[in-house]
Amino acid sequence: MGEELEVACARPTGGPVGENPAEPETQETTSVKKEAKSMIHVGKKAPDFVSPAYQQGKFVSVKLSEYLGKWVLLCFYPGDFTFV
Amino acid sequence: MSIDSVFVHKMWNDNELSKMVNGGVPFPMLSDAGGRVGKVFGVFDEDAGVETRGRFIIDPDGAVQGYEVLTPPVGRNVNETLRQVQAFQLVRASKGKEATPSGWKPGKMTLKPGPDLVGNVWKVWKTDMAFD
Repeated sequence: MGEELEVACARPTGGPVGENPAEPETQETTSVKKEAKSMIHVGKKAPDFVSPAYQQGKFVSVKLSEYLGKWVLLCFYPGDFTFV
Repeated sequence: MSIDSVFVHKMWNDNELSKMVNGGVPFPMLSDAGGRVGKVFGVFDEDAGVETRGRFIIDPDGAVQGYEVLTPPVGRNVNETLRQVQAFQLVRASKGKEATPSGWKPGKMTLKPGPDLVGNVWKVWKTDMAFD
């Protein structure tokens, strides 16, 4: 189980780990700002991320790389209260 | 992982999922506000603003061994996912000496790739073995 988060009103957020810090925006970069591209290739490392999570009554922070040494099944789904 | 907050995850687990699974969901329910992680994994639907049904098998070295992505209306086959994990675990334990042919599931024969197998798969593997 990941590190427990303090309960507060702010909504915790996470994101990819090791992303380059945003470059200062010039006029050109704002007009052709690129979306993050998928970096998934079979046989290659999964991009690391950190994410807030709910697990067994606790709010925790989960980092993918903390699961090295274990098999991980990472599932995305459109929304809570739908099927998976 | 979905774009829902951890608070919504809690309500879903405590009020609905715990009625289907004894003790509630045992694993972490991840929150991906804005789909930032989903974008990196290529599963975030920009138009709908939600994640599609992406599923990634990640091995103990952190490498992606397989993935599947479906649009929202169709659910996944959990048995097939577990079968793939079992197959990847077998191949990894054999250090690549064994391979699992089409239709493999635990208990079925594996292949030992090598010069002797070239052109001889037909002798040991039959097409009906591709099916359950």
